[in-house]
Amino acid sequence: MIAELGHFALALALALSIAQSFVGLLGARWADARLMGATGPLAAGILIATGGAFACLIWSFVTNDTTVANVVMNSHSAKPLLYKVSGSWGSHEGSMVLWVLILALCGGAVAAFGQGLPSVLHARVQAVLALVGVGFLAFILATSNPFDRVWPPAPDGQGLNPILQDPGLAFHPPLLYLGYVGFAVTFAFAVAALLEGRVDAAWGRWVRPWALAAWSFLTLGIALGSWWAYYELGWGGYWFWDPVENASLLPWLAGCALLHSAVVVEKRDALKTWTVFLALLAFGLSLLGTFLVRSGVLTSVHAFANDPARGVFILGLLGCYIGGGFALFAWRAAAMVPTGIFAPLSREGALVLNNLLLCSLAAVVLAGTLYPMFADLLLGEKISVGAPFFNTATLPLVVPLVLAMAVGPLLPWKRATLWPALLRLWWVALAGVGGYFGCLAIAGARLGPALGFAAACWLIAGAGADISDRLALFSRPRAAWARAKGLPRAAWGAAIAHAGLGVMILGLAGMGLATDRLVVLHPGESAELAGNTYTLRRIEDVNGANFTARQAIIEVSRQGQPRVVLAPQKRNFPLARMTTSEAAIHTTWLADLYAVLGEEREGGAVLRLHHNPLAPWIWLGAAIMALGSALSLSDRRMRISAPVRKLAKEAVRA
Amino acid sequence: MTRKRRRLWTVLLCALGIGTATALTLTAFQDNLVFFRSPSDIARETPPPDRAFRLGGLVETGSVAREMTPEGKPNARFRVTDGPHAVSVAYTGVLPDLFREGQGVVTLGKLGPDGVFRASEVLARHDESYMPPEVADALKKSGHWNPNQGAAPPAAGWNTLETGRKGGS
Repeated sequence: MIAELGHFALALALALSIAQSFVGLLGARWADARLMGATGPLAAGILIATGGAFACLIWSFVTNDTTVANVVMNSHSAKPLLYKVSGSWGSHEGSMVLWVLILALCGGAVAAFGQGLPSVLHARVQAVLALVGVGFLAFILATSNPFDRVWPPAPDGQGLNPILQDPGLAFHPPLLYLGYVGFAVTFAFAVAALLEGRVDAAWGRWVRPWALAAWSFLTLGIALGSWWAYYELGWGGYWFWDPVENASLLPWLAGCALLHSAVVVEKRDALKTWTVFLALLAFGLSLLGTFLVRSGVLTSVHAFANDPARGVFILGLLGCYIGGGFALFAWRAAAMVPTGIFAPLSREGALVLNNLLLCSLAAVVLAGTLYPMFADLLLGEKISVGAPFFNTATLPLVVPLVLAMAVGPLLPWKRATLWPALLRLWWVALAGVGGYFGCLAIAGARLGPALGFAAACWLIAGAGADISDRLALFSRPRAAWARAKGLPRAAWGAAIAHAGLGVMILGLAGMGLATDRLVVLHPGESAELAGNTYTLRRIEDVNGANFTARQAIIEVSRQGQPRVVLAPQKRNFPLARMTTSEAAIHTTWLADLYAVLGEEREGGAVLRLHHNPLAPWIWLGAAIMALGSALSLSDRRMRISAPVRKLAKEAVRA
Repeated sequence: MTRKRRRLWTVLLCALGIGTATALTLTAFQDNLVFFRSPSDIARETPPPDRAFRLGGLVETGSVAREMTPEGKPNARFRVTDGPHAVSVAYTGVLPDLFREGQGVVTLGKLGPDGVFRASEVLARHDESYMPPEVADALKKSGHWNPNQGAAPPAAGWNTLETGRKGGS
């Protein structure tokens, strides 16, 4: 019954979305206030319907309703409650329902927060969002209905892949989808602007919060996935340039370019066509990511065995939305007259450089991700493109990006000279050089990591220079506190986000110095790694909720002083007939001590020991970036309706 | 600055961006593309010894031998087969949890002068019914699986395949 209710709710959402796209587009065309006014309530209706469908899905999983095929395939009664709930979006069908739910949430948020929007723009944005929803709801209903029944009911479910039973992965898909789908809103704004034939500074101010929010969620989602890979897969790595990882990195790069160029639209009324293009691109790459992951065309750890009908359907959707968006762009872009004029050397110029480098990065990653697929289709060659390609191809683009990141914020708008900005950066450069030689002094002749430390110091000090420059900390230190209070939060946010990247690079550089060792130890024996002594005490059996495990007890000591006990496990899930390795990690913030238990031989255990300097700072850096972005989002100037409301109040008083 | 010069700048910058990206991609492709070879491919044409490639197939039943290297590191030797041919593989490290005899495997490494493939990475997938597409393709080519006669048999059943022992070592 509940499952049929969910199915019905999905169909209802589809019908409402179709109605919404007509009402919005026609209402805006005829300038009919009643039709346009209906878009807000319709958006709420779509949100309630998809929310209801999602609730029905979760209900089926929590009660372990074994007449629902999706539950049988992906759940089991013995699973902890958290994973029963997260299992509802762990499967392909469930994740698509989550996708449309988040899209509906975006529509609802636009209706709730966008009351200051011109009603024509609002109606068009809602209509485009609904159109995107129509495609994906049709996809769910036609090819991947999560509420399909099986009869007779199975005695119990087949369980969720044990490797996915993890708190990190429970929240990874929702965050990632909030990012992916958030770019649907900027896409909708871009299409609405193209239909209108007008982009102005106000448009930039409406688009930027959405780009910022989507980008923050995407940053967190990617970081969470990378962290999960680090502690759960037990390979000691954090980023594998896996096609599915790249699929999430692509919209991140495009979105990062978008939120920077939207600043130029907002402040200087320039780069308008380009910003619209980026908004289309960011969502296009999000859809491409969805297609790559969900159609199973790529070989990866995430690849699901899928039927080809789904791939063709998503490819069709991708063609429709992206083709449609860019066709509209080609047709209408010429109508947008560029107004703001600036010299190549200026804040705008620096932001153009940022866009150029980020887009080139995205192009390189895209080529590396898609080439194996095309080589297989066209040449019949089985090729893989791995980390060495991405490292060599992206590094020459990242270096100038990092260099420009500290200089750009110090340049004035419109026209600038480089020399004064560079003069103010002398101590920042000194910090970079200090980082370089500091690393060489501590770690020996390791040029790559030393360059990483230099870049990290340069970025963090550069963010400090940006803030101190705005506060006039050195020229007029007494007024600095008053100026700090008056400084807009967006300025703080930008500096914090830039410093966050520096922190992340610090972690990456530290990981460049990581060492590992493969040993076979018998109980009582010990091995040395990076100054620590690892002693295997015993190997024992432990029982978990739905697994049994072998566990090694390893004592770590440094110069005779005991530090910590590590207990890596090898878990056996009888239900899924799978074995997974559970790495033991002890972090001191300066380094992670990381141990993985391999197979056992003749009473001894094969152990892989890793010493990962500064590893946690990678994800901490990502969190700082998201924090900076959130701070920027909370800027009063972002809430466009605020001055409008104030004006309205004054009008009433008068 | 005039509009004409602005446009020139824009075009130049875009060309620069696209040019850099293309140049970087192409140079990096040249050195870093990793080809996939099945044991039959290797029997037909020996790959150059200094170039890394991916070797995939099924782990031959009864071929896995675990030993110690002189430096005291755990080592594994096994044979990867696609039916008509098989290649010996040596790997130092912890084998993945899903590595099993008779199951699909993809390894990355270089072919030594003695015909033994020295793997630096061994990938077995996180799902026991999963067959790496390259492996499935290689098996199709070697005539062990005709897709027209239905889906591939479950991975666990592949170990009953008979293997020729002409190729490899």
